[in-house]
Amino acid sequence: MEASIASFAYLVAAVCFILGIRGLASPETARQGNRIAIAGMAIAIGATLLRPQIVTFELVLGGIVVGGAIGTVIALRVKITDLPQLVAIFNSLVGLAAVLIAAAALESPSLYGIPLEGGLATHSLVEIMASTAIGAVTFTGSVVAFAKLHGLMQSAPITFTGQRAVNAFVGLIVLMAALAFAGWGTAGLFWALALAALVWGVLVVIPIGGADMPVVISVLNSASGWASCGIGFTLDNPLMIITGALVGASGAILSYIMCKGMNRSLVHVLLGGFGGETEGPTGDAADRGPVKAGNADDAAFMLRNAGSVVVVPGYGMAVAQAQHALREMVDLLEEEGVRVRFAIHPVAGRMPGHMNVLLAEANVPYDKVVEMEAINRDFPSTDIAFVIGANDITNPSARNDPSSPIYGMPVLEVDRARMVMFVKRSMASGYAGVDNPLFFNENTMMLFGDAKAMCEGIIRSLE
Amino acid sequence: MADPLNRDAVAIADRAGQLADEAQRLAAEAADLAHRAAQADAPATDPVLFGLTVFALACFVGYYVVWKVTPALHAPLMSVANAISGVVVLGAMIAAGPAIFGVSKLLGFVAVVLASVNIFGGFIITQRMLQMYRKKDG
Repeated sequence: MEASIASFAYLVAAVCFILGIRGLASPETARQGNRIAIAGMAIAIGATLLRPQIVTFELVLGGIVVGGAIGTVIALRVKITDLPQLVAIFNSLVGLAAVLIAAAALESPSLYGIPLEGGLATHSLVEIMASTAIGAVTFTGSVVAFAKLHGLMQSAPITFTGQRAVNAFVGLIVLMAALAFAGWGTAGLFWALALAALVWGVLVVIPIGGADMPVVISVLNSASGWASCGIGFTLDNPLMIITGALVGASGAILSYIMCKGMNRSLVHVLLGGFGGETEGPTGDAADRGPVKAGNADDAAFMLRNAGSVVVVPGYGMAVAQAQHALREMVDLLEEEGVRVRFAIHPVAGRMPGHMNVLLAEANVPYDKVVEMEAINRDFPSTDIAFVIGANDITNPSARNDPSSPIYGMPVLEVDRARMVMFVKRSMASGYAGVDNPLFFNENTMMLFGDAKAMCEGIIRSLE
Repeated sequence: MADPLNRDAVAIADRAGQLADEAQRLAAEAADLAHRAAQADAPATDPVLFGLTVFALACFVGYYVVWKVTPALHAPLMSVANAISGVVVLGAMIAAGPAIFGVSKLLGFVAVVLASVNIFGGFIITQRMLQMYRKKDG
């Protein structure tokens, strides 16, 4: 009877989680969806507290209180610009928790009602093996991604000679340890597998550069889902299987969207090394002709007299924390009767949806923020494309230069606008190490400087 | 003449009794087998197969639901995914709950803390983000 109540509660929770994600189909239903998901989690935890396996509550409730307090403080204090690293560290926690639960299941299988007839059944060992391996890789991979995003280590690819051979070798050790554990199931083999997978997680992520982080975070998000799925199989818990599959699918779809946004395959991204210094620009930018540079006053004059402006934000805007100044500038332009919209490239920033959330933080209404495919049609009728902290995602070589490394990548077609303004710190090339021919166009104006300072300059000039 | 006949009869009666016992035992065994066969046929399916069924269906649900998410909300999607993958807390709670103290209880406690950070942190940051999305003059 008690088991049926728990199973029913888990079913209700699973439906709540699905509705929670379903709510994200539109900003209007999203908040409600999140509340439903929270209710689902509360139901699942409440039903588990009633289960007979839990006899002493000190560590269970104590753990929830301690972890809950830490999570609450972090979530309330974190700056929205630090969101990508927050997601990365949360992915790592699920990975580590999965490894620990797998270890607990191996240590006391009877606790979970795992059948034990002269050792664990092969299917139980395979399930424990899978969640441990995936969980461990997720843990260290996410910690490295966090360190890169938080500036604790260089975000550029870390490469060394023979790197791929080393990675393949360690990967092979993970595989052998996994097979050995599935065969013999000793505690020693379990920790050997966990250790090898932990090392491999670090090795796989260090050669991946900063701008590929949207893919890395999505993949690790997906992996944290599959790890919880594996735990669900070990413990025969359908709610964990369902939730793990939802999270896994979500991360996988985001990875696909991000890869498509860069026109690169997942394997190519994960092998890393792209955009490293070796592939850097050859420094012949000066040969390309003169560049027209302007200052804040020039920009303010032209923007004020434009009929329509499309703002293209990139990671540089996030780094300079320029979103609030940008929004103020846009407000002033709108008071002058200029129609302003924002164009978002899927891989702008360091995580999926990064630019959208930064603009939302700066109080830009979401109906003024337009996705790439929708806005590309409008560039020919746009007076000024105002590119702030972005580069590669506007590069026309991706459309018309088959020899370019980024050829085929979908880009925002700002070159079709009557005029393009680039707010940039220098002439340096973007992440892909490719020159942007747009800088040398006749109707391009380069606004050199910090994105935030430039917006503030334009604001002063407009007032 | 009567004596050996009598002995034979007693022996036969004994054998008959033994046979009856044997038959009874066999019948009991057959009943047990039939009972077990009935149980194997009934709802108690192989848990692995049941898990795979749930898994396959959940993958399809996930696929269709996630594709419906608007790209503008991809960041909250990731953070809510963080929050709900904290559901591993259910497994951690069971490891942390038994009366006797041991290695698995300690592992369970640490896992409960980690998963709870995810659950609370993930849901709160998602709500914080969603509060910021508003329409014009909204």
